[in-house]
Amino acid sequence: MNEASPGAAFISVLRRDLMLAYRHRAQILNPLLFFVIVVSLFPLGLDPEPELLHTIAPGVIWVAALLAAMLSLDNMFRSDFDDGSLEQLLLTPHPLPLLVLAKIVAHWLTSGLPLLVLAPVLGMLLNLGNESLFSLLATLALGTPVLSLIGSIGVALTVGLRGGGVLLSLLILPLFIPVLIFAANAVGNAGAGLDITGQLAFLGSLLALASALAPLATAAALRISLN
Amino acid sequence: MSIIPNWLYRLSSPKNFYRFAGTASVWCSWITLILVVVGLYYGLINSPPDYQQGDTTRIMYVHVPAAWMSMFVYMVMAGSAAVGMIWRIKASTAVANASAPVGAMFTALALLTGMLWGKPMWGTYWVWDARLTSELILLFLYLGYMALQSAIEDRETAARATAILALVGVVNIPIIHYSVEWWNTLHQGATVTKFDKPSIHISMLIPLLIMAVAFKFYYLSNVFQRARCELLEREKDKLWVRELLGEKNSE
Repeated sequence: MNEASPGAAFISVLRRDLMLAYRHRAQILNPLLFFVIVVSLFPLGLDPEPELLHTIAPGVIWVAALLAAMLSLDNMFRSDFDDGSLEQLLLTPHPLPLLVLAKIVAHWLTSGLPLLVLAPVLGMLLNLGNESLFSLLATLALGTPVLSLIGSIGVALTVGLRGGGVLLSLLILPLFIPVLIFAANAVGNAGAGLDITGQLAFLGSLLALASALAPLATAAALRISLN
Repeated sequence: MSIIPNWLYRLSSPKNFYRFAGTASVWCSWITLILVVVGLYYGLINSPPDYQQGDTTRIMYVHVPAAWMSMFVYMVMAGSAAVGMIWRIKASTAVANASAPVGAMFTALALLTGMLWGKPMWGTYWVWDARLTSELILLFLYLGYMALQSAIEDRETAARATAILALVGVVNIPIIHYSVEWWNTLHQGATVTKFDKPSIHISMLIPLLIMAVAFKFYYLSNVFQRARCELLEREKDKLWVRELLGEKNSE
C-alpha cells in the first residue's frame, strides 16, 4: 500500500469538496441569493434615502454576510456525516486538522469568495462610495475566511444533532462579533476618509489566529461528535 | 501521580467528591448568609450615600460583585471543563456543568442591576457601552454552552463537546472584550458612561468587598449542590450510589 503524503491528502480532500460543490450548484447559490435578498430588504424596511443607506451599508452588508455564512456552514460536514465519509476521514493516517483545513478552504472558496464578487454590486445599491467599496472587498477578503474557520468549530460540535442549525447560530454568532465590529468599522471609516490600516491589521491577525487554532479545535470536536 | 497531591487525587473520585461537596455546601451556605447580612447592613444602612449619585449608588453592592462573578465563573467553568475532558474526572465535569446556570444567573443579575442603576443615572436603561455589550455577549456564551449541553443526549459526549466550546470561548472572551471596547471608543466616545470614579471611600469599599466574598461563597454552595445532583444522576447505576440510597432507606 503506498502512502500518500499529507499534502496530497490535503489536495485530494480539497478537490473532492470543490467537485461536490460544483455538482450541487444550488447549494452554493442559495446562501448567495439569501445574502442579496437580506441586503435589499433593508432599504425597503428603513428609508431609501441615499445618506441613510450610505451610513448603514457597511453594517447591513456585513450582517448579511454573517447570516449567509451561517446558512452555508450547516452543509460543511452534514452530507459527509450522513453518508459516512466523515468517519473515513477520521480514520485516515493523515493529521485530521490538516484535512479539516482543506474542507474549510473548500467551504470558503464556495461561500466566502462568491460574496466578494457580489458585494460591490450590493455596495452600489446601498450608495457606498468608491473608497468604501475597496475597503469592503478588503474586509470581506480577510474576514470571511475567519467566519469559515470559527464556524467549522460550531458545525463540528453540532453535526450529529437534530435541530443543529438553530443551535449553531447560538454558538457561533457571538464569536463572529469581533469580525463584524472591525470589518464594518473599517468600511465606515473608509467612507469618511479615515485610515483603516488598524482595522485591517486586526482582521488579519484574527485570520492568522483562527487559521492556527480553529482546525485543531474542529478536529477535536469532530472526534467527539463521531465518538 | 506525584504532581497531583494525594488528597486532590482522592477528592476526584465521584464518591468522595459527593461527600465533600455535601459538607462544603452547608458550610458555604452559612458563611454566605452571615456575610450577606453583614454586607447588606453596611451597604444599605451603615454607609454614606454618594455625594453625586445619592442612594442609587447602593445598587453597586450587588451589581459589582455580580459582574465580577460573571467573569470568574466562566473561567472556573472553562478550567474545570478542560480538566474534566483531559483527565476524565467526572467531578470536575460536574462542577463545570453546574457552573453554567449559576454564571448565567450572575451575568443576568449584573445586567439587570446595571439597567436599574442606569435609568436614574444616565436617563436610560440601556446604552451600547463597551462593558454592557461585552457582558451581554458573555450571557450569550453561557446560554450557548447550556443549549449545547442540553442538545446532546449522551452525557459523556455532551461533557467533552461543551468543554471544547468553553475553551473556544476563553480564547475569544478577551478578543470580544477589546474589540467591543475599541468599537465603542471609535464609535461614539465614552460620554455618558464615563463617570469619573473618585477613588472609592473605605466606608463603601468594605461592604463591597464583603458582598464580593459573600457572592463567592454563594456560588460555591450552589455549585456544590448542583454538582452533587449531577453526580448522583450520572452515577446512578454505580455501587456507591446504591449504597448511599440503601443507607437512606434503612434509616
